[in-house]
Amino acid sequence: MNPYPITVIQIISIVFSVFLLALIFLLIRKKKMREEYSILWVLIFIVFLILSIFRGLIDKISSILGIHYQPASLFLILIGCLFLLTFHFSLVISKMKKNINSMAMMISILEQELNKYKNKKIKNSK
Amino acid sequence: MDQAFEYKRIMKIMVLVAAYNEEKTIVNVIEEIKTHVQNADICVVNDGSTDKTADILSSRQDIRSLHLPFNMGIGGAVWTGFNFMYREGYDYLIRIDGDGQHDPKQAMSLLVPLIGGDADIVIGSRFLKKQGYLSTFSRRGGIKLLDILSRFILKQKIVDNTSGFRAYNRAVISKFIKEYPFDYPEPIETYIAAKKGFRIKEIPAVMRKRKGGISSIRIVHSYYYLVKVLLTIMVNFIGGKNESLSNHRYPDH
Repeated sequence: MNPYPITVIQIISIVFSVFLLALIFLLIRKKKMREEYSILWVLIFIVFLILSIFRGLIDKISSILGIHYQPASLFLILIGCLFLLTFHFSLVISKMKKNINSMAMMISILEQELNKYKNKKIKNSK
Repeated sequence: MDQAFEYKRIMKIMVLVAAYNEEKTIVNVIEEIKTHVQNADICVVNDGSTDKTADILSSRQDIRSLHLPFNMGIGGAVWTGFNFMYREGYDYLIRIDGDGQHDPKQAMSLLVPLIGGDADIVIGSRFLKKQGYLSTFSRRGGIKLLDILSRFILKQKIVDNTSGFRAYNRAVISKFIKEYPFDYPEPIETYIAAKKGFRIKEIPAVMRKRKGGISSIRIVHSYYYLVKVLLTIMVNFIGGKNESLSNHRYPDH
């Protein structure tokens, strides 16, 4: 006999994971989300999907980690995923900040050079 | 000094002034620089000021002004100035703060060791001859700590590592084109340059109490400043190797 009969919560979580996966795919296809930022999301939703299909997995993971209260290991995995995501975003933001600063720097220099040429032109035309 | 100047007659000097909301002092600073630093171009970086600094700068034809679209912090402004200096082909750069605490009269004496080839960065230090404005007690403590640290890491005494009154040659600037410490650049800049094998020299300078504006190291931020600087130094410099002196000096000459 299957020790893990299908429950309502399992169905809900499977449907939810599939829905989110589909959403990510759709967003990538419509170019609303860049692939590089979506890879982590896709991986995380695949993990969720696997965990909701194979309910025994949580029990196994719990016993390997020595966690007696199984839902705790679910939270652990969830927190781990969220941690990864925020960490990833910090990296992305740092990179963007660097690029933005470079652009601002370049704009100010180019603006100065442009003004120099404009002034020269005005002088020449007088 | 005159001999040194004759030796390299064609050198181009840029005076960099980083200004953030300095409408009260900036005109005075520019005029002072014009009187005391001859044959140099003045470049003022307006670091996204919200007061009239931008208008004052744009209205002047005797200086070159760069306007950053947002406030990047002192490090960002200095970095912009460095890039500008490098693009425009200047040989030497003197940094003077826009708040009037550095005396442009002493700017030329910063250049002497550079032109003589004795140093790559010259720091105008207020603690070598203890004259003029010496900052507050707690801040002096932090500066002392940086000095002790530099003796350990760089094996060199740097008594006023937070001073922004500095002069550089082109070779040093070329190392800071791509990346420059953004928030509180001075001590970190010193460590990076020293680690890359550049020679740092301190000469005495008398500083004045700032006339306007607020220090880039505000009281509330003092501790944050120290922690951040120490962290950066620890992360980057402990255990790293000193680069050799000869590898990259004067890449463009």
